[in-house]
Amino acid sequence: MLRLAAAALWAALLVPNGAAAGLRQAGARPVVVASKPFGESYLLAEMFAQLLESRGIPVERRAGLGATQVAFAALRSGAIDVYPEYTGTGLLAILHAAPMHDAGAVFDTVQRAFEQRWGIRWLPPLGFENTYAIAVRAGTASRYGLRTLSDLARVAPRLTAGFTPDFIGRADGLPGLAHVYGLHFAAVRPLDQALKYRALASGKVDVVDGYSTDGSIARYGLVVLGDDRHFFPPYQAAALVGARLQRDDPAAVTVLTELSGRLSAPVMRALNQRVEIGGESVAAVATAALASLGLTQAPRAVAAAPQTTKPSFTAYLWQRRATLWNETLRHLLLVAVPLVAGIIAGVPLALWLERRRRAAEPVIRAVGVLQTIPSIALLAIMIPLLGVGVWPALVALWLYSLYPIVRGTFTAVRDADPSAVAAGRALGMTPAQVLRWIRTPLAAPGIMAGIRTAAVIDVGTATLAAFIGAGGLGEPIATGLALNDTRLILSGAIPAAVLALIVDALLAAVEWSTTPEPLRAAARERSRDR
Amino acid sequence: MTGPAVRIERVSKSYGHVRALIDVSVDVPRGACVALVGESGSGKTTLLRCINRLVAFDAGQITVFGSNVLESDPVALRRAIGYVPQDGGLLPHWRVRRNVALVPWLDGAPDASTRAERAMAAVGLEPGMAERWPHELSGGQQQRAAVARAVAGGQSLVLLDEPFGALDAIARSDLQAMMIALREQSSLTLVLVTHDLTEAFRLATAVVVMRAGRVEQHAPPADIRNAPATPYVAALLARAGVEP
Repeated sequence: MLRLAAAALWAALLVPNGAAAGLRQAGARPVVVASKPFGESYLLAEMFAQLLESRGIPVERRAGLGATQVAFAALRSGAIDVYPEYTGTGLLAILHAAPMHDAGAVFDTVQRAFEQRWGIRWLPPLGFENTYAIAVRAGTASRYGLRTLSDLARVAPRLTAGFTPDFIGRADGLPGLAHVYGLHFAAVRPLDQALKYRALASGKVDVVDGYSTDGSIARYGLVVLGDDRHFFPPYQAAALVGARLQRDDPAAVTVLTELSGRLSAPVMRALNQRVEIGGESVAAVATAALASLGLTQAPRAVAAAPQTTKPSFTAYLWQRRATLWNETLRHLLLVAVPLVAGIIAGVPLALWLERRRRAAEPVIRAVGVLQTIPSIALLAIMIPLLGVGVWPALVALWLYSLYPIVRGTFTAVRDADPSAVAAGRALGMTPAQVLRWIRTPLAAPGIMAGIRTAAVIDVGTATLAAFIGAGGLGEPIATGLALNDTRLILSGAIPAAVLALIVDALLAAVEWSTTPEPLRAAARERSRDR
Repeated sequence: MTGPAVRIERVSKSYGHVRALIDVSVDVPRGACVALVGESGSGKTTLLRCINRLVAFDAGQITVFGSNVLESDPVALRRAIGYVPQDGGLLPHWRVRRNVALVPWLDGAPDASTRAERAMAAVGLEPGMAERWPHELSGGQQQRAAVARAVAGGQSLVLLDEPFGALDAIARSDLQAMMIALREQSSLTLVLVTHDLTEAFRLATAVVVMRAGRVEQHAPPADIRNAPATPYVAALLARAGVEP
């Protein structure tokens, strides 16, 4: 039974399934196309991938890498070859340069700096910006003759605005905007991201903030007001191409430039709407978009057919069962391997430290510092060393499992019944015998408690591993979050929660069986107190 | 061999600036029970622990049955000498039988369990107790088990560190009677640390009164009672309510 489970885990590790290990093949490798974890990024990456495939270039997809730092680190290290990025993000989040307001200047700046520093190339922009946008209903726009933010400033005292709290607070949000345009609304209501478009459409507010390519803008037929004083920094979308691809496969880079200048903001909005609101698959929308741009042949009719009736959630889970099973196996692997490695490294380390008390505190504290590194940051640190995929996740999760195991084992062994330890020594047990026969069995509950803590941390943190392409149950969660697909989120979150409960219950049983019988009553007391 | 069971010669021990033992010499004849008495900090427990090398002394020499303890392997030395701590020190996760059989088991004796049963009988523990857990025994029974453990390996010298200090008066008296009988029956040599002078006078063949790391008086109980060597000893006797 155990052997079977182990074999299954190894199979999950070794069989590549798209998000497989970050190992490189020696010969020609496919172009690794990645995206950041939000809908538009998924869609652009899928268009890159399908365009390359249509020209006979093999592609590997790595969708949903956890935000800018992770995706960019992966590109820099050569783990991925191309992903869609925005010039403003390159300027502010990667170069940490001062904001600039001219789109051309921003593009020139990032292009030069990226080329010089990392040999990374910005392909000519795709043709749209995804920047902050101020939107009104079409009716409002026509009644007051609104086309730009300067127009809005004239009539703002008669209008109610609904902005996200973030936008209201940020210096580069409402305060700056109000200052530059002299905007004064009748009222400003804080509104949740998910609600603001509905509030605008239903007339509860007259003006909202958003992003210029939000699908909702197309859905509700809203009007985005022009930023005639160039207050918002330009965020032109473009393909960001790594050094390896430019060197080894210039033909692929040329293919990618075919998309440059082809996607306007209204086009992108409509595509986003199909994915985020219409619920069509990213692949189908990408296929249709490439065909309508004349870049590929017309799609097969079936691919784009949207789902008319939604199946029940259980039916939906049943449809996904094969994927779900693979994701669960991968998740188990992401928990089990680091945990076992954590035990193999942590328990002996703690036992060794118990014999060298002076070294103990500094070493344990150093291990504890690892614990304080935010998980996404730790995962990002791993990328230059181990690429993207399963390996960096395994190492990061292993590091997280160490502290509770080392601390728990050390404390439990140190504090094992001192009079029993003293008696064992006085009657002629060697230090090794005291450790084997007295300290370790008496410490077993404490050791197991540390292992349980590590396991629960690993089950939780493993969902984040999806952001560096490690797969697992975090994969549907991340994708679902990006595509605003609640059912997809739940299809990952529910099994992950169940898995956490099962793992904890399993380890509780192990803890029980390793607790010496006469100490169980005391252990029961303790768990009741908890 | 007819020398003393334990010979302590000019032993000193310091903990930093604190001098715990200063030039202490004591002989423990075979078959004797020597009680080390004194107030807290007098050095009596430190001296006891020097004998089986739980404490490393700085100067002087200790021989046990003629062998210099510093030339013996400490583990083998400790297995050869019985030891009874104040709180019993039974291993809470082992049944009584296994606790008592500890030393013969460590030595790989095939009859460790039988020896344990014999030792339990010698200290007056019923055979039914063998399968109990330590926490299921009364305080007196736990100390009996601790004594049984100290002799189950056939030890002829036993060190006792305040062995009955935590017991109520009745249990303490029973245990003292058991100890006297056991010493005679098994011809044991005992070194007993106690702060209870009455206990010392009842059990010991010789009493060593210690004060601030030195031996204040070393004499048979009757001599100490009748002829305290110093005002300190006399005061100690008076405080304990022992009539001269």
